Amino acid sequence: MIKARVIVTLKNGVLDPQGKAIEGALGGLGFDGVGSVRQGKVFDVELSSTDAANAEAEIKAMCDKLLANTVIENYSVTLI
Amino acid sequence: MKSAVVLLPGLNRDRDMIAALAKISGEAPVTVWQTDTEIPDVDLIVIPGGFSYGDYLRCGAIAARMPVLRAVAEKAAKGVQVIGVCNGFQILVEAGLLPGALMRNMSLKFVCREVKLQVTNAKTAFTRGYTQNQIIRCPVAHHDGNYFADADTLSRLEGEGQVVFRYAEGTNPNGSLNDIAGIVSKDGNVLGMMPHPENLIEAAHGGSDGRALFESALGLKMAA
Repeated sequence: MIKARVIVTLKNGVLDPQGKAIEGALGGLGFDGVGSVRQGKVFDVELSSTDAANAEAEIKAMCDKLLANTVIENYSVTLI
Repeated sequence: MKSAVVLLPGLNRDRDMIAALAKISGEAPVTVWQTDTEIPDVDLIVIPGGFSYGDYLRCGAIAARMPVLRAVAEKAAKGVQVIGVCNGFQILVEAGLLPGALMRNMSLKFVCREVKLQVTNAKTAFTRGYTQNQIIRCPVAHHDGNYFADADTLSRLEGEGQVVFRYAEGTNPNGSLNDIAGIVSKDGNVLGMMPHPENLIEAAHGGSDGRALFESALGLKMAA
């Protein structure tokens, strides 16, 4: 079994009001050194495949078809 | 004119939409379920609002991958008119039937109120019952209506007259780019909009500004 971790982040230039709100809350807690916060998503996916190359190709297809909205989001895949 | 309403788990504006279409067209719409792979011959398909799949992953993302959306895409490609309202709009962009994305409201708050819409293209099949630049009332109720598209897509939408409704008079409830409230596809037969015209179709609703949209789409009203 292969495990993959997918990280989905908003593209540069796409406004992230949730990240902004978190940024403000961190400031409110006294963390003065926060430049900016961008919120993203993490997916841990278990695959029955034992072939790393196949697994990676399959995960990327899943990202393109569902896990990420490539209009607004980038994704990265790491096999773990 | 026959119509169909797409049903998915978690939608909650389906009854309102069915009632509106039945009242305006004089004929109850057929309903199609998410697993249906074929849609009967109709002139208009409507995806109503709500919270399909609990807005999990992204609003409309799961619904957009259901078999019935493939059937909707096939019909749309043949020129059948499709309207997506609120969650229906989110589903249409997730399904790739309309460009762009609908993001969390700029205020981060769910907004449920009345807004004013400007009809910025009264030449479409959905808006021909209005006059160009007419201002109409319409309710909104959403958390993720902040329309986004990249600069190229946005200028194409604007240039081709695909922006059909804009929030007017400072009533933009969600921070959408260019105050966009509703857009049509390149071919003009797919409309997505965040506001709920089905909730303003008769005196009992306190107004009927939304009625002309359905009358236009159903061929009952050609020009104001």
